[in-house]
Amino acid sequence: MSNALALGRIPLDDYAKLLGAGEIEELRALAKPLRGRSIEMINSTAVGGGVAEILTRLMPLAEELYLNIKWDVMSGGQDFFDVTKAFHNALHGAPYHASQKDFDIFLEYNRRNRASLPLDAEFVVIHDPQPAGLIGARPAGKNHWVWRCHIDLSHPNLAVWDFLEKFVARYDGAMFSSPEFSRQLPIPQYLFYPAIDPLSEKNCELEPEFIHQVLAQYQIDPHRPILTQISRFDRLKDPVGVIRAYRIVRRYFDCQLVLAGGSASDDPEGAIVLKEVLREADHDPDIKVLELPAWAPLEVNALQRASTIVIQKSLREGFGLTVSEALWKKKPVVASAVGGIPVQIIHKHTGLLSHSIEGTAYQIRFLLSHPEIATRLGEHGHQHVKENFLITQKLKRYLTLFLTLART
Amino acid sequence: MKTAETPFEFVTVSYLTRIGNQSAGMLTELLAGLEQCNDASIFHHTFQTLGSHHFLTEGFSNDFAQWVLADANRSDLAEQLTALDIRDYVSIAALRSDLCRVVGDYCAAYPHFAEQSALERFYFCESVEVTTPLGRSARTLEEFRDGIAHLSHASFYFHFISSRLRLQLRTNDFSHWLADSLDRNALAESVNHIDIYTNTLDSTRAKVLRLIDRERRKA
Repeated sequence: MSNALALGRIPLDDYAKLLGAGEIEELRALAKPLRGRSIEMINSTAVGGGVAEILTRLMPLAEELYLNIKWDVMSGGQDFFDVTKAFHNALHGAPYHASQKDFDIFLEYNRRNRASLPLDAEFVVIHDPQPAGLIGARPAGKNHWVWRCHIDLSHPNLAVWDFLEKFVARYDGAMFSSPEFSRQLPIPQYLFYPAIDPLSEKNCELEPEFIHQVLAQYQIDPHRPILTQISRFDRLKDPVGVIRAYRIVRRYFDCQLVLAGGSASDDPEGAIVLKEVLREADHDPDIKVLELPAWAPLEVNALQRASTIVIQKSLREGFGLTVSEALWKKKPVVASAVGGIPVQIIHKHTGLLSHSIEGTAYQIRFLLSHPEIATRLGEHGHQHVKENFLITQKLKRYLTLFLTLART
Repeated sequence: MKTAETPFEFVTVSYLTRIGNQSAGMLTELLAGLEQCNDASIFHHTFQTLGSHHFLTEGFSNDFAQWVLADANRSDLAEQLTALDIRDYVSIAALRSDLCRVVGDYCAAYPHFAEQSALERFYFCESVEVTTPLGRSARTLEEFRDGIAHLSHASFYFHFISSRLRLQLRTNDFSHWLADSLDRNALAESVNHIDIYTNTLDSTRAKVLRLIDRERRKA
């Protein structure tokens, strides 16, 4: 499929109200030498998933800067997506025995897409492993190709990585979400943080009435401290650990816990974890386990804004953008020091890091006892997100990358 | 009001962070990294990080100090690293030398701490810089004030902080132009004395603007 869907126009000046006119002027100045020059983004899905979500917001902003940008989605059959899903998990470190047939399926679909996609832009950005083999279509010495990896490659299945590395090494550069996620490669590697959009429904300002309405809907008391973790029901997010930390906190503070995630109805493992969570909650009326509809950004936004403290007690994490979402809303965050979280939480400056259930409980108690420190962490966290993890910063990083590539 | 012969040209800067191949899991490895990494890496973790974390005015000075405090858990060494003031340096070589001396002395004094594993590893990165003219310039104090008022954080950082390395002087672009082109030596000095460690970029800018306004009222 070509020309994936993007949102309608998002006026860049709308961001000036949040960031200042100088920041927008700077984006325009950086983009000026790139006006009209062609950029092609390629990934493997038009809807669903973080990459599609970011591209949906990024494309209209790039067009506001007069970049000649297009977004193409590679096509593939069920067999291809089964293989690449297995590759994805294996690159995250899950056990997997790759067969030659799997590699052949990957190669065949990449070959077919090389024939059908334009791949003629001056700057070609390939997202994630699925389309990595498209590099074979690159004319020798022409154009600039970069690979954006959204996966943690710190402990990959070596059979899969060795296969992919041959393609990756042919790019002009690779981008990772954290230094920890990168590999030793013969090409330059750049740090590219994921980003949130401050104007999206998940992050925009909300009317207090709407927030109260959401709290009332889920029977959450606005007058007592609210501890919240927003994440799908997944063992790696440790929702049971969050409940145990909450129980320690409860010995000292009359507080509530909200565990809100996407519906587990179409995810067999999610349904099992949800049962474990409900068992651990043991009908405690102050623990609200909320299965939100697949896309309930306004409700998530309201729950984050109503929270006293936001928790992200993951055992493993990709980047963990829910942390940036909470920080943007000036919330104090207690989170595990895993994956991309320490990039967002500078310990004792933009939030508190923890390494255990007891540590998480201690940090929460500390913040509940020192609301002035909690407020300061939230303020600093907001600034940190503003400087580093907003969609406008991501756009700026792309502009800088293209300018850097163009002078090589 | 004096008009400068040489205008002040406003420029902005953008950085791409390049991930290096070195990392450190203990103080001895940090020392080895400090000795071996390239200049762009020292710049990234000191000058550049001060710009990108300008809103932290309480004890965040550079990435090395923060890692030593939060991950290596050595608050005494962190304090020494925090105390290194980039305004004292006009070359990366001199800054690197002092960083190595401080960490080296500590490792020699406390060899048992030097080999202790940190909670998280430190990854040496480096900054790739792209500068772009903003297409605005100033010849008078009034135009200069107006230009500064409308700068982005990155542009303000470029002229006020990273310029020290470029100029190879213990001053910044603003003060340099005020003294050289407008003969405003006292104002230049006052601007240069603003503490960038205890101010954010916004509060620094507000102080610069206040100093300029005071100067304009005097004229």
